[in-house]
Amino acid sequence: MNVVKVQGGNKNHKVFMYALSTCVWCKRTKQFLKDKDIDHEYVDVDLESGEERRKIERELASRECYVYPALLIDGRRLVKGFNVEEIKEALGLR
Amino acid sequence: MTLEHVGRRAESDARSRGYHLNPDENFLKDLLEGLKKNEERYGYPSCPCRLASGNFELDRDIICPCDYRDPDVEEFGNCFCGLYVSKDVFEGRMPAMSIPERRPFEKQTRAANMSMEAPSSQPLAVSTVTAEPAKTKAKLWYCRQCGYVVFREEPPYVCPICKAKREFFADLRIEIHSPK
Repeated sequence: MNVVKVQGGNKNHKVFMYALSTCVWCKRTKQFLKDKDIDHEYVDVDLESGEERRKIERELASRECYVYPALLIDGRRLVKGFNVEEIKEALGLR
Repeated sequence: MTLEHVGRRAESDARSRGYHLNPDENFLKDLLEGLKKNEERYGYPSCPCRLASGNFELDRDIICPCDYRDPDVEEFGNCFCGLYVSKDVFEGRMPAMSIPERRPFEKQTRAANMSMEAPSSQPLAVSTVTAEPAKTKAKLWYCRQCGYVVFREEPPYVCPICKAKREFFADLRIEIHSPK
């Protein structure tokens, strides 16, 4: 799985993003996390194939999530879509 | 397939339907590139902001312009990916935004299941997964206002010909009587 690690000063939460390489809202979310200096990882699901991709899709399906971007925060909470207010709230940003 | 071609196609569709393309140049360019990429890898321009299954029948509703564009632009001012926008968004009176997914949950799960069941040794390309006509629940629908006929699981939200709303559609049953 091609997980991209993005270093950031804010390590308060473990942030993992499921994204699509073609999705503009995903791109905006990536930029948002970067701008806010959030340490995070992401994977572009559409670029994965075979078992790796199925593993990701199963993981998301188990959380009843089929939309991108999806932000998994601390392995528990899932924020769907580029919803700035919800992302800020989940990450404790002002 | 060039970016210009994808752009012209979207522009012409927007114009004929009374919509606009996203006024943010970079945003628009990224979307058109996404559409181009999807057309190259799946054989059809599925929504760049949704994960296609690679199965045409299951992805049909998310091929751009998707089935959900009309009600989404009407309710939110832009479609799911933000390619098509209303006049208000185009003229900057309101922003384009990331909106909730209108695609029925059942369709999302069906497409995801197809993708998850695909043989792992093969890429998820349109050529490796064949549609099973027996499983399709599609039927004929006709627009009672203009007579447009479409073979789909559900009628369109808006008639693409006369713009009548979904309520104007009725399912069509054809009986053929052979002469005695």
